[in-house]
Amino acid sequence: MATKALNTVLNVKLYRELWQMRGQALAIALVIAGGVAVCVMSLVNYSSLLATRAQYYDQHQFADVFAPVKRAPVHSLQEIASLPGIARYEGRVEGAAKLQMPGFADPVSARLVSIPHEGQPDINRLFIRQGRLPGVGRSHEVAVIGSFAEAHGLSLGDRFQAIINGRRQTLVLTGIVESPEFIYVIPPGGMLPDYLRYGVLWMNREALESAMDMRGAFNSLVVTLRPSYSVATVVDALDRILARYGATGAYAREDQFSHRFLSDELNQLKTMATVFPLIFMSVAMFLLNVVIGRLISTQRDIVAVLKAFGYSNRQIAWHYSKLVIVIAAIGLMIGLALGLWLGRALGELYMDFYRFPGLLFRIDPLWLALLAALTITVAWLGAWRAIRQASSLPPAEAMRPEGPARYQVTLAEKRLSGIRFSQPSRMIVRQLTRRPTRSLLSMGGIAMATAIVMVGNFQFDSVSLMVHTQFARVQQQDLAVSFIEPVNRAALYGLQRQPGIRYAEGRRTVSARLISGHREWRTAVTGIPADARLQFVVDRELQSVSLPAQGLLLTDYLAGQLGVGAGDRVRLELLEGDRRTVTVQVAGITSEFLGVGAYMNLDALNRVLGDGPLINQALVNLDPEQSTDVYNSLRDTPGVSGISIRQAMLDSFYDTLARTFLTFTFFNSLMGGIIAFGVVYNTIRISLAEKGRELASLRVLGYTHNEVAHILLGEVALLLLLGVPFGWLIGQGLALLIVTAMQTELYRVPLTITSQTLGMSALVVVVSAIASGVIAWWRLKALDLVAVLKTRE
Amino acid sequence: MVSEAEPGKGAGTPVFQTRGLTKTYDQGEVQVHALRGVDLDLYGGELVVMLGASGSGKSTLLNILGGLDVPSSGEVRYRDIDLSSAGDRELTRYRREHVGFVFQFYNLIPSLTARENVAAVTEIASNPMSPEQALELVGLKSRIDHFPAQLSGGEQQRVAIARAIAKRPDVLLCDEPTGALDSATGVLVLEALEKANRETGTTTVIITHNASIAGMGDRVITLSDGNISGERRNDQRQDPRTLSW
Repeated sequence: MATKALNTVLNVKLYRELWQMRGQALAIALVIAGGVAVCVMSLVNYSSLLATRAQYYDQHQFADVFAPVKRAPVHSLQEIASLPGIARYEGRVEGAAKLQMPGFADPVSARLVSIPHEGQPDINRLFIRQGRLPGVGRSHEVAVIGSFAEAHGLSLGDRFQAIINGRRQTLVLTGIVESPEFIYVIPPGGMLPDYLRYGVLWMNREALESAMDMRGAFNSLVVTLRPSYSVATVVDALDRILARYGATGAYAREDQFSHRFLSDELNQLKTMATVFPLIFMSVAMFLLNVVIGRLISTQRDIVAVLKAFGYSNRQIAWHYSKLVIVIAAIGLMIGLALGLWLGRALGELYMDFYRFPGLLFRIDPLWLALLAALTITVAWLGAWRAIRQASSLPPAEAMRPEGPARYQVTLAEKRLSGIRFSQPSRMIVRQLTRRPTRSLLSMGGIAMATAIVMVGNFQFDSVSLMVHTQFARVQQQDLAVSFIEPVNRAALYGLQRQPGIRYAEGRRTVSARLISGHREWRTAVTGIPADARLQFVVDRELQSVSLPAQGLLLTDYLAGQLGVGAGDRVRLELLEGDRRTVTVQVAGITSEFLGVGAYMNLDALNRVLGDGPLINQALVNLDPEQSTDVYNSLRDTPGVSGISIRQAMLDSFYDTLARTFLTFTFFNSLMGGIIAFGVVYNTIRISLAEKGRELASLRVLGYTHNEVAHILLGEVALLLLLGVPFGWLIGQGLALLIVTAMQTELYRVPLTITSQTLGMSALVVVVSAIASGVIAWWRLKALDLVAVLKTRE
Repeated sequence: MVSEAEPGKGAGTPVFQTRGLTKTYDQGEVQVHALRGVDLDLYGGELVVMLGASGSGKSTLLNILGGLDVPSSGEVRYRDIDLSSAGDRELTRYRREHVGFVFQFYNLIPSLTARENVAAVTEIASNPMSPEQALELVGLKSRIDHFPAQLSGGEQQRVAIARAIAKRPDVLLCDEPTGALDSATGVLVLEALEKANRETGTTTVIITHNASIAGMGDRVITLSDGNISGERRNDQRQDPRTLSW
């Protein structure tokens, strides 16, 4: 009974003390909240996207294997049906179209996919957002993907012109749909979505069959598998069956573009959910250690009295532990709320990129419980040293005041004996060196804050460099024109004669499998003319590499995957024409940020293929005045399957990127700012508590408010001066880690850190430090000179 | 009660002059009247011992004289500076230029050595003596590079005195300078104060509850309950070495 009453009194002590140190407690809670928020946000997005995707795939029967072919007769499907492990299959017709959208001059290309007579396909079923699927026998009806409809403001019943396989047709919109196959939609050869210039259209099978001259045939096979059947076996079997119909190789869901992109994103979220909270929690641990340690050292006499009254070590430890737990719990609550809110906000942003019917907002409560337990434990561990110190203090010793602080002349002063330190400067330097661990950790906290802001900022520069390299150094055309079938190089002369076209050169891309030992990689080999002026292959220093007359140039990423270097020989299995396999030498390694390319001299490639001087793409430079005329005439040219404008690609890229990165940068800067504020504010407050008496004495001795503030803030300034450059180093390391983790087949982001990024990170940290400095400055003004002289510390 | 201007040491115009000085603190619901109308004159070069029990108002008076606090009403002047209406900035300048403080708990800066503690004040003074000279005056030349943690209580207090006199203040205010020390050590500190007063001619005020110290002053002023309750002049200053308690 009595114990209970006393415990209640201790709780009252706890609340009052928490209220007294509310500023510091809140600063720590905010750092914890930052970590928890990033973690929850990433977890929410991860599980929501994962659950949404799983449900979508399941309900809409997303294919397990995809097999493009040139033209396979429908009867070949019977053989495929008899393959073991096949659950469902569907032979479809796909095609490309050039569209003429009302009120939009730029060329628009589209991918066409057939739907069966029955309407909904068995595999890759469509989610109908609005309207209906094209009706049977209505060859002019189409359903379009939501992103394209939104970009052009299309509504049901709208009409637009399309050129399919050289024939102009008017199409009527009957439905707006989404497909699990096109969750992430980017144009071929692009990097980010361009909803205005690229869309996906679904048409009746008969209509598309006749448009593409595919009666009784299919050119795209999609398959779902029975559970527990090996995907690789099915892929091999399909390749075997479809080889004679011009298959370019079946691939599994894991290699499907939209799926893979989404998987990459999910992996990044997982990294975010661990790395960032780790930084935040370690800073919070340090802050708790220092703040609670300081609190306990001022309460030695209280601890002694409590022990004299008969409180056990355990009770004392529990009393101070509660303080830590309350702070951690506040941080946890703020973090959870913020994380859930941010998760939802970011979820909305994701819905711009990923076309899902809707986002399932999911988070496993178990994860949250785990996170809560982890946060509290980590916070408590942070303060453990201080708590232990209090609980193990013998009462008699605790009654005595702590001995006077011992200082010594620092090494720096001895070394720099030539410089005349002012006494305040000496105080600053000695304060820092008297508690080297604490100073180092404070510096570490500031460094972490700097690094976090840097990580948020550098990616923009890196991605910009990547894009700039790709589109200003590697590809210098205004326009890339793709042909349906390879054409003779002579076609370029015709192209060049067109008004508005200043220059044109060809190239040829061929699907191929590169094999070295047991390693293989599916990619495209690009044949570039020896005298190319618009396309280049660059090395690590971004200098163009001259094309060898013979042999392959491999991107460093691809060479790494195949485990080959210059001079080695690889097997090249061409997936077009008569599908011959040849052995070629790797003539050199190139460095490219985008894609996994293999390059050859155009003539050499054609020789290997056994073809004459063929090309299937033309790169063109335009007279800007006449660009619209060129677009129109190319759109109406039969044999041209698509046109992509470099500037439009760049614009749309920067547009999307800027929006995404601004959000991300803001968020990271906020986080870095919170950490910096938490560290600096607590450093100043503790310093003020420890040196309040000294500073008040100096004020009494005639030092002005600003002179005294100099001592307090000078310490922080020195910590910033050391911490920020250290943070740049850590940031560089983190950036390297991120860049390495982000290396995918699609792109490899180069590591560039501009002085702007460095400056920005320093600015955010310094501004937060100034904010806490201003608070300290005011506190210093309120210093009670008389009271402080009357008490003995 | 106005002290009469008497001939001898400290004659002429008073350095400090207070009239009707009151100080009231609001302590929650309660009003504490620390000073209830004090009239006091202090003269140049004299050593005044201010006696009073705890709560008599002597520290409050010292704080107001030292420019650490302002009165609730009444007037306090240091030469031609009106301390009762001065703001924080003027008070800081007043302390910086004219006042030396010695505190009960020394209030040395633990991160600075004896010499540097003194230098902390001489650096901001206009006509100081050197830290070495000041420390020699209090007999601590040999401990000059020691940190406070390496000095005894008496030594620390003598560093504090050196720090206070090094800037050649016009007035030296000492708040219970021997309060934390034993008798023998306390005597050493008082010797240092007496010597400083004698050799530099600084007006010195020592406040204490210890009546045994009274003999070393030119004048002894007694405070009780916020008023001056007595004042006497010693014909002969007693040598601190003869004091004990």
